[in-house]
Formats: sequence, structure tokens, C-alpha cells
Amino acid sequence: MSISIEGITKHFGSFQALKDVSLDIPDGQLVGLLGPSGSGKTTLLRIIAGLETADGGRILFHGEDVTGLHVRERKVGFVFQHYALFRHMTVAQNVAFGLEVMPAKERPPAAEIRKRVDMLLEMVQLGQLADRFPAQLSGGQKQRIALARALSMKPQILLLDEPFGALDAKVRKDLRRWLRALHSEFHFTSVFVTHDQEEALELSDQVAVMSAGRIEQVDRPQQLYAEPSSQFVFDFLGHVNVFAGQQNGTLLNQDDAWVRLPVGAAERVGQTAQLYMRPHELTLQSAPAAHAHLPLCIESISLVGAEVRLELSARGWATAEHWEVGITHTQFNSWQPARGDHCFAVPRVAHVFQAEGQAPETIRWQSGELDDPAAMI
Amino acid sequence: MNRSLSGLLPGRSSQPGKRVLPGFALSLGVSLFFISIVLLLPLTGLIMQTADMGWERYWAVVTDERVIASYKVTLWAAALASIINGLVGLLLAWVLVRYDFPGKRIMDALIDLPFALPTAVAGITLTALFAADGWYGQIFSLFDIKVAFTPLGIIVAMSFTSLPFVVRTVQPVLEDLAPEDEEAAVSLGATDWTVFRRILFPAMWPALMTGVALSFTRSLGEFGAVIFIAGNMPYVSEIISLMIFVRLQEFDHAAASAIASVVLIASLILLLGINLWQARYLRRLHGR
Repeated sequence: MSISIEGITKHFGSFQALKDVSLDIPDGQLVGLLGPSGSGKTTLLRIIAGLETADGGRILFHGEDVTGLHVRERKVGFVFQHYALFRHMTVAQNVAFGLEVMPAKERPPAAEIRKRVDMLLEMVQLGQLADRFPAQLSGGQKQRIALARALSMKPQILLLDEPFGALDAKVRKDLRRWLRALHSEFHFTSVFVTHDQEEALELSDQVAVMSAGRIEQVDRPQQLYAEPSSQFVFDFLGHVNVFAGQQNGTLLNQDDAWVRLPVGAAERVGQTAQLYMRPHELTLQSAPAAHAHLPLCIESISLVGAEVRLELSARGWATAEHWEVGITHTQFNSWQPARGDHCFAVPRVAHVFQAEGQAPETIRWQSGELDDPAAMI
Repeated sequence: MNRSLSGLLPGRSSQPGKRVLPGFALSLGVSLFFISIVLLLPLTGLIMQTADMGWERYWAVVTDERVIASYKVTLWAAALASIINGLVGLLLAWVLVRYDFPGKRIMDALIDLPFALPTAVAGITLTALFAADGWYGQIFSLFDIKVAFTPLGIIVAMSFTSLPFVVRTVQPVLEDLAPEDEEAAVSLGATDWTVFRRILFPAMWPALMTGVALSFTRSLGEFGAVIFIAGNMPYVSEIISLMIFVRLQEFDHAAASAIASVVLIASLILLLGINLWQARYLRRLHGR
């Protein structure tokens, strides 16, 4: 069932939680609402569910206006951040709750309810825990029971609020994979809220990045990471190295450091511009390249992981945050850098932001402009 | 407030002999000493006074016809009063926790008034109000109902003095309930009444039972408020504490202690029973 969100606004007192938010979620998709806390993502989810009413705008399920419909009638499955299992009921009673509170005329017979519950518990692989109480379960088990309960009414829309937020890393990974499998098997439309970019990018068909009550960008995960449309999305998704400078023709400079933009880049005079570079869009050299003079000093070295991550501070110019560049373990072993060593960054791809709120211009240096391999580390 | 509740929350001791918090021996020692002086010693004295009576006389005193009648009156009145308090107290706690309205703070403070007011003052006031020419009594007399100087008056006085117990035990539990539980139930299609019956009430139930039990035991022992309004007619509206008082006035200390011991034992059994039952119920909730 598709979901359309049209111009939703919401105030809490004088605080505007949502500012004219619109989003279309096609049938059968798994969409992540990603954003920092206070960005309005949970409020939006609760408005979709009907747990909160919007001040303005409409919510449509499958083209049908449900804005005025009570939660009870919207028939969505909702999974709460802290599971919200009923503590005084057993696992089986929790899962059976929705079926048991149906009006007597529509309610399936007791035997069938039991069968359905068994099936649901089997599905979440927790059949053996049917008679336990929630307090006797681990976090991951509680979350799966909460899911089974939300799915007991066969909803066509499943909404999840920070579903894996309170779990440890390994359980999170398992549950993520499992939710993905469940989603492709049952074909419901799901929306989940998260502040974890990795989770959003890994799990979703589409990610909507939210900030301060607005949707900044909606895109497939690869697009979102490769082509962020704003500085906020850039900052929020993974680390980014920023070089801010004064542009003069093709030259961007700040104190001791400068970057010469490649041929074809928009030329401006006397304006500030910001260069955004992902850690993998940079290489490190022992000497400056012809098109970039970005002196750096190694602050710390992190060896854990697939690559070696170097944290670098600017030398002779200024950055708001430390730079981060990853090099392979092979490179690390041949170079043997130490804390306090000096080096130069060489950008290969960069994204230029001319002004606040504007889309970036992505620039690439041709291999001819990248210079002498001898200096490469 | 909720000693019996919080005592069961997680917080386990590690290996014996090694405690993280200092001062265990001292604080427990002082507590036990205080309990002994203030609670146990007088109680022991009470039992001792009955000891030299002998079983036969003891039995004769506590099963005296007039005393038996007073047991009945007291038990019935206390039971009804605590049931009324259970209902009204639950409602009050609900209103105080769930809704915002002007004067909420004042209402919240007023709940404790019966604790603060000397019970004799309460008794005299209630008597004046419910007497046939009092404000309330006039209204009741229209329906030919007499409250003051009848067992009905006893119930009114008992309700008045023990109402805070229910409100103050249920209130914190109600405040702690997560709104998500209700939202989860509603999103699964439950009606408001079902949510109350199946989600909220089971969560409040242990606290409510504790409150009602406290209210009941308090009512069993109530004296000051009741004697003014009860009329104290033998076999009709005499309560146990009055019987004890009567024996004392006859300087029959042993008989007074004997009757008192019956009340004491009944209250102890009730409180112990409630605590055990609640422990079992809460163990389920906390998984231990």
C-alpha cells in the first residue's frame, strides 16, 4: 500500500516540528527516515500512524485520505522504540492481543488465534518462548516479539520507531538482515526512523534525510552518499573533509593552502567557496601536487578495520574539524607514518558549494593534472 | 511511598561479605533497634498483658457476645469503606495524573488532609454535617436515610480517614506507566475501555490492592473519627476500638489487651498476605 504525505506541518507549542513535509512512498518499499534528534522524523512517523495529529496537510494510504482516521482504523503495524510489550502478559498473550480485542463478530475462533500466534512466533523464531514474560527476554527477543505483535493484524503498512536503537551492534546487524528478509517475503510498505546513517543506507530502498522539520533529500542510498544535494546531507552521511577558501578565477586559497580547480569548473572572482571531499576522494603525498597545496599534520592513526584511518590537522591554514583520510594497510606498511609527520592531501574529486543552501558542483581532476607518481605514497 | 514495590525492583547484592555500599551494618542496626523500641516492644507488652489471663478467660473475653457484634460491625464497615475508597481513590488518582485542570495542585494537597487532621476533629465535623439537622444530613433525611449515629456513619468516618492510602499508592504507579503501552494497544485496534481493562488496570492492580488493604487495616483500628459519629449503641454501632476503650475504662487491662491482640493478628495476617501476593505478581513483571 503506497503512502503519500502532503504538506504536513506540526507545532508543539511555539516549536515547529514539521515544516510542510511532503513525501511519496511507493507500494512495497522500505523507506528510512534519517536525521539527527529533533529533526522531526519520529513526529512524522507518528503522524503517519495516527498517533499524532498534524496541524495541516494530508496523509493518504493507497490514494485514500486517512488524515481524519483514528489510529485504530488506520490498521498500521507500529513498532515502538522501547518495544512497549505488555509486561503482565506472556509472549503469546502479547502477540494474540490484537486478535483478541477484535469485536466479537469479526474475531477468529480461539483455536485459530492460537494457530496464528504460533505461526507468528515461528516466523520470528521464538516459538519456544511463548509462555515467558517480557521481563525474561533479551532486548533482541523483545524487539522480535514486538514485530510479531505488530504483524499479527496483517497490516499492509509497518512503521518502526528506532527499531534497533537500544540493541548492541551484533544483534542489530542480525535483526536488520532479518527485517530485510521479512520485508521482501511479506511485501508490506515500511517506514522506519533512525539516526544511524549506516542502518538507513544498508536497510532502505530509499532514504529521506530530515533536518529541522524538513526533508533535505530523498534518494536511493547510493545516490544519497555519492551525490548529496546539500551541505547538511554531506555532513550527516559519513565523514567529510572541508576546505573553505577565497575563489579567484580557478584558484581557491586560504592562507598557506590552495587548490586549483580543474578546467571547466565555474570560475568566480572574490567569492568564498567550500570544497567538500569524502575520505576516499583524497590521497596523501609527501610533496604537494601541482593542483593542490594542502599541508597537513598527522594527529592520530586508527589501525582497526579494512583500512587505516588517519586523522589530520591543517598546517598553516584552518579547518573547523580534523580531516580524515583512509589508506590501505599495504600503503601504511610501506610508508610507516607516525603521529606528528607532515604530508599533503591531493584531491581527485571534490564538491564545491558556492553558497548556503545551493546544490554542489562536482569536479574531477583529470589524471594528467594529477602529478608525479614518485611523490605518491 | 511504595516500599513494597521498590523493594522488589532489580538491585541485587553481589558476593556475601563484600558490599559496595558502606554503612550496611550500622544502618541496619539502627533500623532494627528503632523498630524494636517503637514497634515490637509495645506489641510484646500487649501480648505479655494477656499472658497471665489463661486461655479460657482470654477466649471468654474475645468471644463475648457484645465484642463479637463489634467485630462484625467493624469488619463490615471497614470492608465497605475500603471498597468505596478503592473506587473513589482510583478515580482521584486517575484524574490527578491524567488530566490538567486549574486547581490541580490544591486538590493534590487536599488529598492528604485526612492524615493531617486530628481524627477527633474529623469525627466532630462529620457528625455535625451528617446529623439530622446538618448540611448533608438534611438531604439524606429527605430520603429517610440516617447517617449519623448508625453504622452508615461509621463507614463515612472510616472512608474519610483512610482515603489517602489508596490515592497515594496508585498515583505513582499511574505516573510511571509508559504511554507507549496504551498507544501499542490502540494501534492494534483496542477500544479505550479495552485499554483500561486489559493494559492499565492490570498495571495498577497491585498498587490498588495495597492501597485498599492499608485503608482496610487503618479502618479496623480507627477510633477518634468513628466514636463521635457512630452513636455507639451496643450490638449495633460499637466498633472494636471502642470495646477496647470500654475495657480500659473498667481498668480491665488484660481484657483490653486481649481484644486488641485479635485486631493486631488480623491486621498482620492481612498485610502479610497482601505483601506475599504482590511479591508473586510483581516477580512476573520484573522477571525474577
